Amino acid sequence: MKTIEAPERTPAPPELEPVSNAGRYRRRRISHKVLMYGLLLGLCAFILLPVGWMLTAALKPDLEPVFTPTPEWFPTKFWEWSNFHRVLTESMPFLRYSINTTIIVVANIIGVLISCSLVGFAFARLRFRGSKVLFYILIVTMLIPWQALMVPQFLFFVKLGWYGTYLPLIVPSFTGTAFFIFLIRQYMRTIPKDLDDAARVDGLNSWQIFWRIILPLSTPVLTVCAVFTFLWNWNNLLGPLIYLDSDEKFTVAMGLANLVTVSDTPWNLTMAANLITILPCVIVYFFVQKKLIGGIASVGLKG
Amino acid sequence: MAEILIEGVSKVFADGTEAVHSVDLQIPDGKLMVLVGPSGCGKTTVLRMVAGLEDLTGGRIIIGGSVVNEVPPGERDVAMVFQNYALYPHMTVYQNMALSLKIRKLKKEEMNRRVEEAARVLHLEDLLAKRPRELSGGQRQRVAMGRAIVREPQAFLMDEPLSNLDAKLRVQMRAEILRIQQDLGVTTIYVTHDQTEAMTLGDLVAVMKKGVLQQVADPQELFTYPVNLFVAGFIGSPAMNIVEAKLTGTGEGMFVEFGGHRLAIPDEVFAERPALAAYRGRSVILGIRPEAMEDAGLVPSPASDTHFPIRVDLQESMGSDVYLHFTVNAPPVFTEDTKELAADVDEKVLEELQEQAKESRTTFIARTSPETRARPGGDLEIWVDTRKLYFFDPQSSESIYGEAEPAASGAAASVTSA
Repeated sequence: MKTIEAPERTPAPPELEPVSNAGRYRRRRISHKVLMYGLLLGLCAFILLPVGWMLTAALKPDLEPVFTPTPEWFPTKFWEWSNFHRVLTESMPFLRYSINTTIIVVANIIGVLISCSLVGFAFARLRFRGSKVLFYILIVTMLIPWQALMVPQFLFFVKLGWYGTYLPLIVPSFTGTAFFIFLIRQYMRTIPKDLDDAARVDGLNSWQIFWRIILPLSTPVLTVCAVFTFLWNWNNLLGPLIYLDSDEKFTVAMGLANLVTVSDTPWNLTMAANLITILPCVIVYFFVQKKLIGGIASVGLKG
Repeated sequence: MAEILIEGVSKVFADGTEAVHSVDLQIPDGKLMVLVGPSGCGKTTVLRMVAGLEDLTGGRIIIGGSVVNEVPPGERDVAMVFQNYALYPHMTVYQNMALSLKIRKLKKEEMNRRVEEAARVLHLEDLLAKRPRELSGGQRQRVAMGRAIVREPQAFLMDEPLSNLDAKLRVQMRAEILRIQQDLGVTTIYVTHDQTEAMTLGDLVAVMKKGVLQQVADPQELFTYPVNLFVAGFIGSPAMNIVEAKLTGTGEGMFVEFGGHRLAIPDEVFAERPALAAYRGRSVILGIRPEAMEDAGLVPSPASDTHFPIRVDLQESMGSDVYLHFTVNAPPVFTEDTKELAADVDEKVLEELQEQAKESRTTFIARTSPETRARPGGDLEIWVDTRKLYFFDPQSSESIYGEAEPAASGAAASVTSA
């Protein structure tokens, strides 16, 4: 700012003219920033409005109409926080559902990380006979729609006596997921081969190279896999619907689905349950966003 | 500490390319051998086979008296320094250096002692807690060296360790490597494509071309008695001037003629190269090193037939001396060797050589005293130290020496020299 005022106080010689230019460019930069922030805030509001509506609905008492002629985007009149308590414990045991889902999610993440990182490492870094053919077969399995496998898989798990347990929802992740194996392999291939050579000369065997060198360097892609596994399993409705038969084993996605009935859907409770369901996803994203964005960029994956 | 023997080692890759063809090398205990050659000559493959990172197709490698062909890399007791350093990015400098010792389950105190000792030698004490990405190129290079030193191995294997550094740092690290290698007395194989590095570092230098060993000798012998055109052209900077020439002469003396110029060959050259006499009246390949030329005006009373007139195309002032570029109206030598040499510099240089061959002219470089009064475009008499002429057979590209010369009998015999 001083530089702009300078010419007023002391008449500036013609060489100093560029000084006033600097102020103009700074003004332009500031107005550019204001515009950008304005746009981003507008976009945020657009995305967050439905959430605001959900909160408004969730805080309404049972008999208050949820669908008003003009949508209420923010809670103003009603503050029935007890709705959340009711959803978690009383009528709908969402606390129980959340614990159930967490068990499934955590087990799946562990399974995916162990199996897919091992297989991905083998495909990316080890030379063995038939590795190419095996990899192509793996890619082909990604093309088979899950719906086509639903019935045979169901029969298979029933034969094993796993119907009504969490096993059909957990064990498959320990046998690897084609998509994650593919992602991890692609990422591990970008790690310089010289590191393996250096490690071998240093006396490390393949297992030690995996554990001490490649795995620590693959945390971005492993984070991506873990978060995707979390999201898929947290939101998965069909899987638990097929394999789980008793109320105390239900997941949050099933609980939500059960809330919506043909008539008399308790919208305030449904919205409260929805918000509770979203919360873990938001928290997870909040904590891993830096790694996740880096990881998604580095594996060339958008979405 | 150990001697390394490489006996008839070959490597054929899965796609059928032969990278290394029956190479024999003996690296005496505590010595530094440089493997040098243009890119793709198989020098790195030899090094990787010694390290155990590549399988051998034929031959055997003996380190410290035992055949290591089937021994995994980690158990060969050799340490390797990679071109791009290959530092573990997620580990600190300390962890990078200590990993191999940790794997070998060394005691904590011993591990600390070794790492601290290496850090002291390499001036890395303040960097032990940093990660590789926080270091400069030179510092990374030092860490890579440190990782090798802490092993206290039987041999160091270095794969172009300085090629990623800028020129000044390279000279500094070159001296550092030499100092460390001599202090520790560890047998070392050092791969480079930089002949200056080869000459300054090596107790012994092995020149390779297309997977075949050309010559092994100490740097001075390699410079003075190259076995063939390839070695002669590869060693020395600026490179030797090579031109097609003809040996003429009557009873009195012999001359070598090229592009309308004539140089008398002194008797001592014939004494050193008895086989040369047989080329009288035939064509030969003549080699003149830039250092063997001088502005005739600066030579006290140059003898006749030791100088010829030139026109200076280009003058490069290096401070301590001046490079003069000039054209000689004689066809450049266009053999497999010279093509390989030109292609190693640049594809463009090869094209230029082809163009020159069409027009039958050859560019020479003379390295003269800075006192020369030569100016670009000006005429000058250039004097040649005719005692330092090199001659090669135009068919085989082999140096013409004669039975008596130690280095004349080809690459295979000179392998165990020095």
